Amino acid sequence: MFHDADALLLARIQFGFTISFHFIFPAFSIGLASFLAVLEALWLKTGKPVYLDLYKYWLKIFAVVFAMGVVSGIVMSYQFGTNWAVFSDRAGPIIGPLMAYEVLTAFFLEAGFLGVMLFGMKKVGKRLHFFATLMVAVGTFISAFWILSVNSWMQTPAGYAINPQGQFVPADGWIPIIFNPSFPFRLVHTVTAAYLTTALAVGAVGAWHLLRPSSNEEGTHEHARKMFSMAMWMAALVAPVQVLVGDQHGLNTLEHQPAKVMAMEGHYQSHPEGAPLILFGIPDDDAQRMDHAIEIPRLGSLILKHDADAPLAGLDTIAPQDRPPVEVIFWTFRIMVGLGILMLGLGAWSLVARWRGKLYEWRWMKRFAVLMGPSGFIAVIAGWMTTEVGRQPFTVYGLMRTAESASPLAAPAVGASLVAFVIVYFAVFGMGSWYLLKLMSRAPQPHEPEPANAPSHAAGITPGAALSTAAPQGRHG
Amino acid sequence: MADSTLLTNIWAAILAFAVFMYVVMDGFDLGIGVMFRVFPAGKQRDTAMNSIAPVWDGNETWLVLGGGGLLAAFPLAYAVIMSALYAPLIAMLLGLVFRGVAFEFRWRDPAHRAFWDLAFSGGSLVAAFTQGIMLGALLQGVQVEGRAYGGGWWDWLTPFSLLTGASVVAGYCLLGACWLNWKTEGETQAHARRLMRIFAPLTLAAIAAVSAATPFLGNEYFNRWFSMPRVLFTAQVPLVIAILTWRFARSLRRNYELAPFVLTLAVFGLSFVGLGISMYPYLVPNSITLQMAAAPASSQAFMLVGAAILVPLILAYTAWSYWVFRGKVAHEGYH
Repeated sequence: MFHDADALLLARIQFGFTISFHFIFPAFSIGLASFLAVLEALWLKTGKPVYLDLYKYWLKIFAVVFAMGVVSGIVMSYQFGTNWAVFSDRAGPIIGPLMAYEVLTAFFLEAGFLGVMLFGMKKVGKRLHFFATLMVAVGTFISAFWILSVNSWMQTPAGYAINPQGQFVPADGWIPIIFNPSFPFRLVHTVTAAYLTTALAVGAVGAWHLLRPSSNEEGTHEHARKMFSMAMWMAALVAPVQVLVGDQHGLNTLEHQPAKVMAMEGHYQSHPEGAPLILFGIPDDDAQRMDHAIEIPRLGSLILKHDADAPLAGLDTIAPQDRPPVEVIFWTFRIMVGLGILMLGLGAWSLVARWRGKLYEWRWMKRFAVLMGPSGFIAVIAGWMTTEVGRQPFTVYGLMRTAESASPLAAPAVGASLVAFVIVYFAVFGMGSWYLLKLMSRAPQPHEPEPANAPSHAAGITPGAALSTAAPQGRHG
Repeated sequence: MADSTLLTNIWAAILAFAVFMYVVMDGFDLGIGVMFRVFPAGKQRDTAMNSIAPVWDGNETWLVLGGGGLLAAFPLAYAVIMSALYAPLIAMLLGLVFRGVAFEFRWRDPAHRAFWDLAFSGGSLVAAFTQGIMLGALLQGVQVEGRAYGGGWWDWLTPFSLLTGASVVAGYCLLGACWLNWKTEGETQAHARRLMRIFAPLTLAAIAAVSAATPFLGNEYFNRWFSMPRVLFTAQVPLVIAILTWRFARSLRRNYELAPFVLTLAVFGLSFVGLGISMYPYLVPNSITLQMAAAPASSQAFMLVGAAILVPLILAYTAWSYWVFRGKVAHEGYH
């Protein structure tokens, strides 16, 4: 079925596939956990039931997202060894401790408090329960901190020496390693993306229910309005911030990984007297040429160098064996940026609507918000592919090639496991996404039931009782 | 050099602790999963799942610490072992995917609950069986060339690894039945007691079979167990196991609730120490020692600072989480 020469390519496809699937879930759970913490805090502060209802509504969704994130994440923690053994051996002394810190500071924190967050409303007091929610939210952020530090180190390695066994080892303490040059930019860009992704998903659910006849007794859409309004504030405020952060991240990449930026921009050739901005074109890596390019003269230099006449080097200055594949990241970069502009547009539209007092009335804006629901996830994956494929042909940028990183495995083994992952992931996470959509398609209700296992409500405990049981007297019934 | 040897041994102990925590904590979760469909659908199944729903994620995190810690402290061993155990490892990961999502999915889709119950049970069985297979495959040794795995991708499959696979399944089932005996009441508890009577003798037979086969695998195991002065310790093992078995049978007769679980943990602990005696000082039998695989002292020291502070903290809030969900569980979830 497979030839040995394909083993490397199959291993790369497998890693790309499993990490892309995985990344969707934490991108959502980082934002959702913070959203839940805000909702519970607002409930504690104001006592308004709408916040508790929304908390319980999104908690059910969070539980499904988190479960999928956990199981797809465990796969990642072993992929390094199964498929990238040489990389693990050589980079392990640097990236291993960072990942171990992620487990110790983040995974245990999330897992330890998740049980109380999901099932403990009747077991602990309100404030302790809020503390559990907060710990889960903090845990998701700490997790992003460490894993993005690892990823950034692979992009912009710093603070290392190479020992006689060929391993990367710390040369000068851990601060230069953890806070390597691209890390602060990547961390802010990625966490902001997670918040924006969540805001767009929450906003789409709110808009969807606003567009339908109200299903609750008062007919006021109180819950849908609240979540739609919160989400649109978030989109309006965070989308412009993300554009600025993304620009800074791009400039950082230009400094440390110029070839990646050349590929993102589609600059096969150098431009000694000011580079154009290529809007669209058909990249051809074999010919190293951009066909049918639509470009704006000098704008490329203006954006990247802040000077329209500044010379800009192209991929022709990079050795052929060190060039990343333009045919992939030219497109993924445009998908990310294009969606970012649409997000900016939605945020601005919502501000105008709010200004006019029509936030809940303008149907086309609400329809656009529904359409933009999945856009965050697509942008996150596209951005991730841009940065990861743009690192090629290296695993540790400039120092260790992807081709020399893989495990000594036969192609049939890698091929068979890839097929298994594809089938299982599409089946399991496809079903999971269907359940998420089902949960989201049901409008949030006054006295929203808890996420506790379904039978608890069939067994005579009314949802109304569940509302009050978050009070301290609910301890150990 | 002495310092780095000490550091390496400390890390071996920390990782052994993480693996042991994983084995006993996810052990009872997975055991309940394996036996899940033996319980009639409805109240008994719901109760069994509710007894582990708040804690399974934390339990599974020890597996991530085991993997991540091995990469960090012994990267060479991580690289060689994960490649050598490729097929069972991937199967375990996929089993854990089905098992993990079933916790949520079975409540979300009552029309397909029977399917997700099957996924829960099948995923748990695959995970438990492959974990046992990996233990056996490691004990029997893997082929190393240079700094990489040098064998084929079916090398792990032997009668011995199938034996250890079945043994781990039996042991996890015993742990799971003991957990349910402690955490449930009524019909579910009575059912769990019947299962304890089946899996206790099976676990004992499995330990005996694996113990009898191990010294004859080669790899110096025979000497490590039967040379002086180690034999003075190892000779006590059958005696201690016999005492624990007698106490277990007595606690079962008297319908004790917690004692059988604690006694089973003790048997697991003893077996684990036995495995340690077989392996030490190797991580991969006869080819890679702890020292050879160790990350530089700067990496191990950096992590040790964190582990010394964080592991006690983790144990504290994990214990708190178990404390919150103390007492008997009902089919309606916690209340």
